Amino acid sequence: MDFEDTPEEAAFRTEVKAFLAANAEPKKRGAPPSRSRNVGPEELARAKKYQGAKAAAGLAGLTWQKQWGGREAPPIFQVIFNQEEEAYSIPRGVFEIGLGMCIPTMMAYATQEQLHRHVSPALRGEEVWCQLFSEPAGGSDVAAVRTRAEKNGDTWTINGQKIWTSGAQFSDFGIMVTRSNPDVPKHMGLTFFFLDMKSPGIEIRPIKQASGASHFNEVFFTDVKIPDSQRLGAVGQGWRVALTTLMNERLAIGDVPRPDVEDLLDLTRIVELDGEPAVRNVAVREKIADMHVRNQGLKYTRFRTMTALSRGQTPGPESSIGKLVNAAKLQEIASFGMDLLGSAGVVMDKELAPMNALFQEALLGAPASRIAGGTDEILRNIIAERVLGLPGDIRVDKDIPFNRLPTGKR
Amino acid sequence: MNFDFSEEQLQLRDQARRFLTEHSTSKRIRQVLDGVAPYDRAMWQEIAAMGWLGAAVPEEYGGAGLGHVGLCVLAEELGRSLAPVPFSSSVYLATEALLVAGSEAQKEELLPKLAAGELIGTLAWAEGVGNPAPERIKARVSGGRLTGAKWPVPDGGVADIAIVAARDEADRTVLVLARLGGAGVHPETLSTVDPTREQVKLSFEGVSVEVLPGDGWASLQQVLERAAVLTAFEQVGLAQACLDMAVAFAMERHAFGRPIGSFQAIKHKLADVYVATELARSNAYYGAWALTAGAAELPLAAASARVSASEAAWLAAKENIQTHGGIGFTWEMDCHLYYRRAKLLGLTLGSAPWWKDRVVTALEIRNAA
Repeated sequence: MDFEDTPEEAAFRTEVKAFLAANAEPKKRGAPPSRSRNVGPEELARAKKYQGAKAAAGLAGLTWQKQWGGREAPPIFQVIFNQEEEAYSIPRGVFEIGLGMCIPTMMAYATQEQLHRHVSPALRGEEVWCQLFSEPAGGSDVAAVRTRAEKNGDTWTINGQKIWTSGAQFSDFGIMVTRSNPDVPKHMGLTFFFLDMKSPGIEIRPIKQASGASHFNEVFFTDVKIPDSQRLGAVGQGWRVALTTLMNERLAIGDVPRPDVEDLLDLTRIVELDGEPAVRNVAVREKIADMHVRNQGLKYTRFRTMTALSRGQTPGPESSIGKLVNAAKLQEIASFGMDLLGSAGVVMDKELAPMNALFQEALLGAPASRIAGGTDEILRNIIAERVLGLPGDIRVDKDIPFNRLPTGKR
Repeated sequence: MNFDFSEEQLQLRDQARRFLTEHSTSKRIRQVLDGVAPYDRAMWQEIAAMGWLGAAVPEEYGGAGLGHVGLCVLAEELGRSLAPVPFSSSVYLATEALLVAGSEAQKEELLPKLAAGELIGTLAWAEGVGNPAPERIKARVSGGRLTGAKWPVPDGGVADIAIVAARDEADRTVLVLARLGGAGVHPETLSTVDPTREQVKLSFEGVSVEVLPGDGWASLQQVLERAAVLTAFEQVGLAQACLDMAVAFAMERHAFGRPIGSFQAIKHKLADVYVATELARSNAYYGAWALTAGAAELPLAAASARVSASEAAWLAAKENIQTHGGIGFTWEMDCHLYYRRAKLLGLTLGSAPWWKDRVVTALEIRNAA
């Protein structure tokens, strides 16, 4: 039992380090993290340039087939790349969805001609993709899609609304799941497409979140035309295609969200409680230990996942716990840090709030991490059903046509 | 990256699981629970014959030299099966104490006998209520003779030797080796929450002892850290056993016309037990690595492993009973055996508040470096 790379892994790590040193800015120690995922024109240009450099160096699409510009490397190489990237300030939030979910779905369902047209520009960072699944009436219940697709000759007409679409405002293409037949049960009447996001009839509006920031969009479709050639999978088989997309969620070795345990330790040294640094207080020490233990448990769970990949095995189910643990931990650290400040915990002025209001900002943003990409509740269902093998919930909507389901008022 | 058990270690685990599934049955555990014997002697002898007691003892001292990761593999299986034997006292405590602080002569004399199961050992650090602290140690060694009362001492009634924490004439904490069973040693069996693991009050009246070399308090902390990692594997094994039991029951048991495992109230509870168990397992693995590598991170890794594993074992054991409902609270069901053992394991090396404080102290030391 050790943490050593195999010789091949070590050689690859050296290659990645050299690439990053030449093409990215190291993270500054102690600097507050950039919390804005609002990608402006400059950030978009920076992200595209970085992606282009990665592709030119043969470091994009590592696990993809060589014919699509990939390297046919084992998945552990992607993990090593992500690990090394963590030390750098990398422009994020532009290509993850397209390369992690959209293009792999295209590879499973699109024609060779379509792949020749789309894969390479996406890999080189020239074209951005987004994913249009969630709707106002279908969040955790992803298949409850209402956006209508109606066929006329060789053309489909789309009407409806998608929501929580990251990056829609700067995307060139998107993949979407639609309701093509509302007269059959929920999962059976869906059809899947890819489309040009500049098509007439698409309107994109940013959502103002509870935190005040805007990271997501609503996308409205009014008589948007999609040629039948851009259908992925058979008519009525859209749910199967959507599952392919969801299975392709990338091997997230994502940054540990801030404030982390080290930030909490820093805060407890600055702030006094009963005339001494808060870190001397027994209750504070217990909380720090609880958070550290969860943090370290996740870190070494990732190493177990990497080990499985390194040995050419499929990672065990332990890789499914990361987001569930991290999201709750973030919210708890943020809230506890503010508790240490007494009534001044409410103040967000960066000159007054310790550590540039890191804890306050995180508190306001934290609810999103417990919802986006699978709510805590859905993740617990997934663990219970797929890992522990417990039976699925009884589904009252199973054999009822979609348009006869009760909808409620919200 | 190679952060998991090796092929050989996985084979050892399978062997251990097969043996313990066959031998550490509910019936045999309950014989100890009901007071027929303080431990299962037949199981102990077979375990000794398989070389498990000396798994981490170097070959020069009569051990198998499998290293501590091998011992961790066995500990997980012993925890899963609730084996009613003095393994933890003799192996994680007495053997580790001699490896950490024993003189060469003591190691040469005692380690082969401990490894062969000819001697049972234990560690006596506690003197009543409270977590480990030098000022709580009142037992005295004067002129090579030990006087004082230590309790609770795990397996103190069946042990042949004990490593005892005491104060010397200069008021320093020392570890001493006491041979039990002779004049001046008065064992008194205590009633405990988990009768499958004997706890004893050992009173010493001028008993002749040998002082172990070195700083006794530093040695004691090292021994507790090593035992914390090994015990964490027992706790992970126990947590997994409880989770497996609860899942199996939730699939079988029907209420309101459906398996109770289809209710989210049960699913989410058991998902949380799974998460806690996996975090504990990963923390325990890190502890195993630090212990085996002799790494400077051991104090942090061991304390984290203990905190995480104590939490997981307790959560899994109590929610296992809860998932079972009323039947889970009967004497006949095994749920309470795990519940008792889970709490015992969380207390026996000092309880969570003490270890949490050590986590933060280790973080402070790391960050100051």
